[in-house]
Amino acid sequence: MTGMRALRALVLAMGLLLSSGALAVSPDEVLPDAAMEARARAISAGLRCLVCQNQSIDDSDADLARDLRLLVRERLVAGDSDEQVRQFLVDRYGEFVLLNPRLNDHTLVLWIAAPVLLGGGLLTLFLVSLRRRPAKSAPLSAEEQAALDELR
Amino acid sequence: MAGAGHQVSIELGHFALILAFAIATGGALGGYLFWRSGRRIAQVLSQAAILQFVLVAVAFLALIQAFITSDFSLLLAVNNSHSLKPLIFKISGVWGNHEGSMVLWIFILVAFGAMVAAFGRRLPNDLLTLVLATQSLLTAAFTGFTIFTSNPFLRVFPAPMEGNDLNPVLQDIGLAIHPPLLYAGYVGFSICFSFAIAALISGRIDQAWARWVRPWTMLSWTFLTLGIAMGSYWAYYELGWGGWWFWDPVENASFMPWLAGTALLHSALVMEKRNALKIWTIFLSIITFSLSLLGTFMVRSGILTSVHTFASDPTRGLVILTLLALVIGGAFFLFAMRASSLRQGGLFAPVSREGALILNNLFLATAVGAVLVGTLYPLLLDALMGTSISVGAPFFNLTFGALMAPLLLVLPFGPMLAWKRADVVAAAQRLIGAAALTVFVTILISALGGVSISLAPLGLLLGFWVAFGAIAELVDRSKLGRIPLGDSLRRLMGLPRTAWSTAIAHFGMGVTVLGIVATTAWQTELVTTMNPGESAELSGYTIAFDSFGKQPGPNYMADEAHFTITAPGGGTRQTMADRRTYVATGMPTTEAAIETYGFSQLYLQLGEPLNDTHVVRIWHKPYITLIWLGALLMALAGVVSLTDRRVRVGAPRRAAKLAAEAAP
Repeated sequence: MTGMRALRALVLAMGLLLSSGALAVSPDEVLPDAAMEARARAISAGLRCLVCQNQSIDDSDADLARDLRLLVRERLVAGDSDEQVRQFLVDRYGEFVLLNPRLNDHTLVLWIAAPVLLGGGLLTLFLVSLRRRPAKSAPLSAEEQAALDELR
Repeated sequence: MAGAGHQVSIELGHFALILAFAIATGGALGGYLFWRSGRRIAQVLSQAAILQFVLVAVAFLALIQAFITSDFSLLLAVNNSHSLKPLIFKISGVWGNHEGSMVLWIFILVAFGAMVAAFGRRLPNDLLTLVLATQSLLTAAFTGFTIFTSNPFLRVFPAPMEGNDLNPVLQDIGLAIHPPLLYAGYVGFSICFSFAIAALISGRIDQAWARWVRPWTMLSWTFLTLGIAMGSYWAYYELGWGGWWFWDPVENASFMPWLAGTALLHSALVMEKRNALKIWTIFLSIITFSLSLLGTFMVRSGILTSVHTFASDPTRGLVILTLLALVIGGAFFLFAMRASSLRQGGLFAPVSREGALILNNLFLATAVGAVLVGTLYPLLLDALMGTSISVGAPFFNLTFGALMAPLLLVLPFGPMLAWKRADVVAAAQRLIGAAALTVFVTILISALGGVSISLAPLGLLLGFWVAFGAIAELVDRSKLGRIPLGDSLRRLMGLPRTAWSTAIAHFGMGVTVLGIVATTAWQTELVTTMNPGESAELSGYTIAFDSFGKQPGPNYMADEAHFTITAPGGGTRQTMADRRTYVATGMPTTEAAIETYGFSQLYLQLGEPLNDTHVVRIWHKPYITLIWLGALLMALAGVVSLTDRRVRVGAPRRAAKLAAEAAP
C-alpha cells in the first residue's frame, strides 16, 4: 500500500481521480442558453471539487463535482447572479469551496504576503544603497579641496 | 519463479546500499574533522565519493534486475510490477514508488558527488574536502532514511506468482523520463549547497568560488527545466483534459527550486564578474537546495496530503520532517553564524548590469515567497485556526502573474546594460527596434485573433518584447546593419557562448509566455455525443468518428475510437483515442488523441458512454506547443552555456598558475 504512494501522490495531485474514466462536463449538463452556460463554466472553474485533491468542479469527474455543476446551473437558471451562486455554495460548504480565497481576517496574511515581500525587498535595497553611497563619495576635506583648487 | 542468482543479487544490492551508508558516514566525519589536513584527506574523500557511486549503482541495478526478471520474492516488485508489463515500464516501475524513487534520488546524489571528485582535482584541497564531506553527509542522511524506514530490499516468503502491477497512469514513457530529469535537477543543487556550506565553514569565498559553482547550478537548472517541462507535457497528454499546469502543491514544490535556481544563476553571475552579492548568493544556494528537499519530501511527509484523500505513514513522515529540519536548519544556523564574516565586494551604481540582476533576484525571490505562502498557508491556517480554505489556480495566476509582468518588462534591458554604471537611455535606444516590432505585432495579432480575454494583449506584448529583446541583443552585439554583413556574421559567430546562452534562454522565456497567452486566450472546446459515422466541427477542423471497437493490450483491455480529422487547409489524418481497463488492478485510464498542426494541437478525448452514444471532448489549442518548445530552448541555452570554455571547472586556478609563471 505504501509502495506506490509517492508517485501516486504526484499523479493524484496533478488532478486525476483514479475512480472513473469520464471527465468533466457532460453534454447532458450543458445549458441551452450559451451565455448562461459560459457563466456556469467560469463559476465552475473557481469552485473546488471537495472530494478531489486539487481540482475545480469544471475539471473533475467525481459524482460530487457533477452534482455541484448541476447545482450551479440550477441556481443560474433560477436567476441568481454569479456572486449569489458562489455565496450559495459558500453557505453550504464553507470558504473551502472557493479556489480563489476571498479577502477576510483569515486570508489577509495570504493576500498581502507577496506585496509585503516585494515592498520589504525594495526597502532593503534602498537602505543598502543609502548606506553604501556615502562611503563611495565622501566629501573632500578642506586640504583636498585646496589641493584641487591649486591644480586648476 | 525467482532463480537463485536473482536472490543473491538482491542481497548484494542490499549489502551495497548499507556499505555506501557506512562509507558516507565515515567520509562526512573524517572530512569535517580533518579538512585542514591538505591533499591526503581530499584524495581519501574523492575515492570515497567514487566508491559510494559504485555501491549505490550496484544497489540500483539489483532492483532493476529484480523488476526486469519479475522476481516476486522482492516485496517492492510484488507491489509495483507485473510479469506482462512491457520492459520499459518494468524498469521505470522501479522508481514509480516511494522506496525505489529514494534509491534513484540517492543514486543521482552520489553520481553528482563522484562528478565533483572526478572533475574537482583543481579545487583547493580544503574546499574539495568540505564539499565532498557535505555531499557524504547528505548521502549518509538519506541512505540511512531509506534503509531504516523505506527499505526497498524487503523480501516476501513464499513469493507470490504474480505482482499487483504498477498504477496504470504511471505506465507511460513519462515515468521513464520525468522523475530522473526532475531528480537530477533537484539533487544537482546539492552541489551548490555543499559549496555554500564549505565556503561558510572555511570562511573563504571569492570570484573563483562563483566560477566553480555556476556550471553546477547551470547543469542542475537545465535538468530541472527539462524535468518540469516534461512533467507538464505528461500531465497534459495523460490526464485527459488538456490542462498543462494546475498550481498544485506538488507542482509548486518543483517550481520553487526552479525559480530560486534561476535567481541563483543570475546572482552567481554578479559574483563571478564583480565579486559582489556574496552573502546573497550563499543564501540562495542554501535556499535552492532546501526547496529541492521540500519538493522531494514535503509530498511524502504527508503534511501536504493528509488533509484530504491520502493515507500516509506518520512515522516516516516525522523522520523525514526531522531530517529536513536538521539539514535546512543546520545550514541556516551556520549561515547566521558565519555570513557576517564574508566581506562584500565590488560597488556599483543602481542603474547597471548588477542593478538589473538584483531586480531580477528581487522579483524571483518574491515569486518564490508568494508560491511558498500560497502552498503552505492553507495548511497553517487549518493547523492553527482550524479553518479550511482553498488556494487554487486563480490565486496563483493573479499573484504570480502580477510579479512576473514587471520582471518580463525590464528583462530585455538587463543584457543591454554595462557593468558598474550604465546608461539606461542608451540601452533604451538599442531596444527601440524591438519595442516597435513588439507593439506592431501585438496590435496585429490582437486585431486578427480577437480579444477574448482582456489581458491577452498585455501577455502578447510581454512575450514578444522578451523574445524580440533577446534577438535585439544579438543584433546589437553583432552590429548588424551598421557594419558589412560578413563582418557582422563573423562577430555573431565570435560571440562568447554565454552571450548566446543568455539570448537563447531569454528568447525561450518569451516563446513560453506566448504559448501560454495564445492557448489561454484562443482555445476552443466542444463537448458532444457522437456515434460512429457522425462528425463534428471545431475551429475549422472536421472530426469524423469512423469506428469503435475493443482491442486487447499487453496488460489491459482497450475501447478504441478511431477518428479522421480534416484540417482547415485540407489534408486528412487518422487518429485514435482509447479508454483502458488494466487487468491486474481493474483501474481505468483514458488516452487522448493528440494531433499537432504547426505549433497548435487538436486534442480528442473519449468519455464514458452516455445513453448508447459516446461522449467526445475536442479541444483546439492554438500554439500550445510553444509552452514546451520555449522550455526546451531554455534548456538548450543551459547546454550552450556549459560548453563555454570559460566555464571549465579548473579555469581560475590554471589562470592563476599561468600568471604566476609569467610573473618572475
